[in-house]
Amino acid sequence: MLQKRMALVAGPLGHLALPGIALALLYGFNVSLGAFPFIILGIILIWLFELRTKLPMEVLTAVVFASGVAISFLFLPIKQAEAALIGDISKVGSWETIISVILSILLFFIVRKIFPKMTLINISEDLAKAEGINVKKYNFLYLGCVAIIVALGVKLVGGLLTVALVAIPAATARNLSRNIKEYSFFALFLGMFSAVLGIFLFKISQFSAGPMIILANTFFFLISVFFKRS
Amino acid sequence: MNGDTILKVDNLRVEIDKKKVIENLSFEVKEKETLVILGPNGAGKTVLLRTLLGLVPYRGDIKWRSGIKIGYVPQRLPLIKDIPLSIEEFFNLKKTSTKEILELLDSVGIKVPNVLKRGIGDFSSGQFQRILVAWGLVSNPRVLLFDEPMAGIDIGGEETIYNLLEKLKKERDLTILLVTHDLSIVYREATNVLCLNKKMLCYGLPREILTPQNLSQLFGGKIKFYQHKDAKSIYT
Repeated sequence: MLQKRMALVAGPLGHLALPGIALALLYGFNVSLGAFPFIILGIILIWLFELRTKLPMEVLTAVVFASGVAISFLFLPIKQAEAALIGDISKVGSWETIISVILSILLFFIVRKIFPKMTLINISEDLAKAEGINVKKYNFLYLGCVAIIVALGVKLVGGLLTVALVAIPAATARNLSRNIKEYSFFALFLGMFSAVLGIFLFKISQFSAGPMIILANTFFFLISVFFKRS
Repeated sequence: MNGDTILKVDNLRVEIDKKKVIENLSFEVKEKETLVILGPNGAGKTVLLRTLLGLVPYRGDIKWRSGIKIGYVPQRLPLIKDIPLSIEEFFNLKKTSTKEILELLDSVGIKVPNVLKRGIGDFSSGQFQRILVAWGLVSNPRVLLFDEPMAGIDIGGEETIYNLLEKLKKERDLTILLVTHDLSIVYREATNVLCLNKKMLCYGLPREILTPQNLSQLFGGKIKFYQHKDAKSIYT
């Protein structure tokens, strides 16, 4: 996501999911399911805004994300605010875990398959089109994967922190890698490892898992800044 | 289409954001020609190249010789700095064999040890431009579309890129469409020159076309034109 400068877009997607999460908590159904349609809506909105105005992405996403948070607080049950905002891993059931794992594996293979073409698209849409790549189709697939990932992620780290799940491992990996193979490997590994570390810290302390995962990610990022290959 | 015509453009019109960027453009390119598309910044030259590649919607007629392979060397790739990419990985995006990568890099004058594993960011802008030429030459196209090769490269780099183009033309029977705002290139490289400032303002042999009047009309303002003794031209 860092490639497309969309790291900052993932943040708002998480925030946009908040109304969905709030609804899910209010009516007692799965948070990720509630989040998903709102994420899709969010993606469409951001896409549309980008087409119609010439405002930079960051401005648009700021508008969209703040609104998402505001709307959700109109009906978010306050006792469950923490779960919505920063996630609550203790509420994840076995079924959910299994489904999440299956979806993640599926997504992994999809992303791996579209990765070369996406990389070319990210370098230059012109070059990609000149090679006969259907850029619209791949951008759409890519956004679809992002939406699913964010929907899965909100369960773990809540709406406010999904940006970190998506952006920080990539940023850390960027600092450490010299080529794309290393980049994707590090990003994947760091994401997994930080999540595990965060959950471990949650178990031994009383702090919530969501923030712990983010902090683990941040910790590795700071180390990478220190060791950055120039 | 005539036997040796590679491209025929008729009454091309391109509009972007409701503004006319190219108006009623018609021209022809023959095999092994080098057509230099000359014009000031904002004249629609890059848009023309992109339209010829089918990247931009247009009205009018664009006819390439059927089955012809076209290579594209863009002006720059600003986003490539965001991604750590090795040379090998870059060319693999176009599914190029290792052998072909090495041959292409050699033919564009990149002679660096262990080049495949080097990062794209390790190269100077002049070298990167040559790498882009190599990229454009993957799968051996007959036509090369070249966008502003000299943007941002110093004089030393200029000399050698043009030598490279001449060399490639001879080795590969290439037809070249080259976009530039730099006049000095025209005399050295062009078979024909097309002056473009949204409309076609002149078209033909450099010697005949590049009169002070035509150039004033093309670039606006007064232009003086000196031809240096050894056929390199300078303008003010």
